[in-house]
Amino acid sequence: MYALEINGLGKVYEKGNRALNDVSLRVPQGSFFALLGPNGAGKSTMINILADIVRPSEGRVTLLGHDLFSERNWCKRRMGVVPQEIAFDPFFTPHEVLRFTAGLFGCRPDEAWLDELLERLELTRHAGKKARQLSGGMRRRLLVAQALVHRPELVILDEPTAGVDVELRRRLWDFMRELNAGGTTILLTTHYLDEAEELCDHVAIIDRGQLLTAQPMRTLMREIASSWLWLNYGRPVTLTDEDQVALAGFEPRGSEEGVCLKLGQSQDGQSTFHQAYQAAVARFGPPMDAGVRREDLEDVFLRLTGHGSQAQGSGVKS
Amino acid sequence: MSQMNLTGARALFMREVRRFLKVNMQTIVTPALTAMLYLVIFRYAMGDRHVPGMEVDYFTFLVPGLAMMAMMQNAFANTSSSMIMGKVMGMQIYLLMAPLSAFEVVAAFLLAAVVRAVVVAAAFLVVLLPFVDFSMPHPGIALVYGICASLMMGGMGLIGGMWARDFDQVAMVTNFVILPLTFLSGVFYSVQQLPPFWQAINNANPFFYLTDGFRYGFLGVGDTDPFASMGVVLVSVVVTCLACWQLWRSGWRMKE
Repeated sequence: MYALEINGLGKVYEKGNRALNDVSLRVPQGSFFALLGPNGAGKSTMINILADIVRPSEGRVTLLGHDLFSERNWCKRRMGVVPQEIAFDPFFTPHEVLRFTAGLFGCRPDEAWLDELLERLELTRHAGKKARQLSGGMRRRLLVAQALVHRPELVILDEPTAGVDVELRRRLWDFMRELNAGGTTILLTTHYLDEAEELCDHVAIIDRGQLLTAQPMRTLMREIASSWLWLNYGRPVTLTDEDQVALAGFEPRGSEEGVCLKLGQSQDGQSTFHQAYQAAVARFGPPMDAGVRREDLEDVFLRLTGHGSQAQGSGVKS
Repeated sequence: MSQMNLTGARALFMREVRRFLKVNMQTIVTPALTAMLYLVIFRYAMGDRHVPGMEVDYFTFLVPGLAMMAMMQNAFANTSSSMIMGKVMGMQIYLLMAPLSAFEVVAAFLLAAVVRAVVVAAAFLVVLLPFVDFSMPHPGIALVYGICASLMMGGMGLIGGMWARDFDQVAMVTNFVILPLTFLSGVFYSVQQLPPFWQAINNANPFFYLTDGFRYGFLGVGDTDPFASMGVVLVSVVVTCLACWQLWRSGWRMKE
């Protein structure tokens, strides 16, 4: 069962620019799903279509098997969205805002749950303040609380941790992880790729309105992330044509301190670490130091979106 | 169609009422006081003069007119300011994301506008109790006209607020559309005092029938037959409400 099934979703804005192009995506029920992409990739457009703030130009979406566009209200009751833009009502306190939002979603006031939300999002001390007295981080946490008042089965968070400090971010993610463990599907966008890699079990990457990849995080990291052998010679290495030929297959790159070789798998499934090391020693002699570094989600992301030829070049972050 | 979300509509209605109650100085006291000032000024400017063709003095004639003007302007202000505030602050997306039908949203906004209008008019009239004879020959008619005017103006405020991109544009609608329509609705004069050209303009203004009907309910005198005017009024109210419903449903100026 999928929490969300998106088929051929597209959006062309009035001015004619295309924000989404034929995106198809499945978000498994109970997953912790990262939707990643550079600024302007179409993430927010997609979320706003799901939230009924933007109209799609084409495509179909089902939520828990129900058609999102023809059964809007059924779907809305099961979905909580944290918008990217901070929105607040200057007249009301966080507590009043939560009661009001719960009401909008047709829920009778459940004070215990509202108190818990305030507590978990560390707003209890500020529950009686006017919204305009809250700091940016507090307002953002209030948006998270608002998205959860009706205990949705799918929670969508659009950049929920922008402007939230490390400690609070950690606690927010702990809370999301708890909700996820309780069966809530969580779809999030974030620019903190290390957090996405740690938290999420599924990932999709979009760029310029197109879906580049969507798969379980583990599969992505196994199949797309590569490893690099880094050999330190304590001096800049410039690769000659002969070096290029001898090290072909390892995508060799010279650097300020030595050389980098890309590792792969040989036919029997073994890493090519040994061959790469020997080939390098044969060309340049034994290194002063060596290490293997596996690409993380950020490297993969930069490589796939084509925004990271530099970072990809060295293959090494020291 | 899925079941009604009455809880949601009630929550929205209550928020709208609380919103104006929280700033009651601005939303109730000030408009009531403004109406009072008009009354005092005209009282001394016009003396004990009678309105031509009517059995009432000018002071008494003005009271229901000013009450009606306050109702209309405040019903408009309530929906238009809430709508533009929600847009500017980003809160409006919660109305789009919530499982509310267009009917529920429009009904909640309009009912809250009626409440604001009635509260302002009551605040104005209560102060006048010792000075004016409120015999009110047709309270039912006054009530119906008052509610119709508030609904219509609340609806126009909703549309104006949806149309506007910022506070300036709301102010523009208020000053260039609403103010002339209410000032020229016969609040300060009987239509019989006007030259034919202005009579014609007056007769084309639906708010003239509202003000006149309301005054008839209050004083038993008016320029038109309140039962015949009721037709114009009901059609105007229904058209305004339908327009609100249809525009909200279509996401006009709200959804890209």
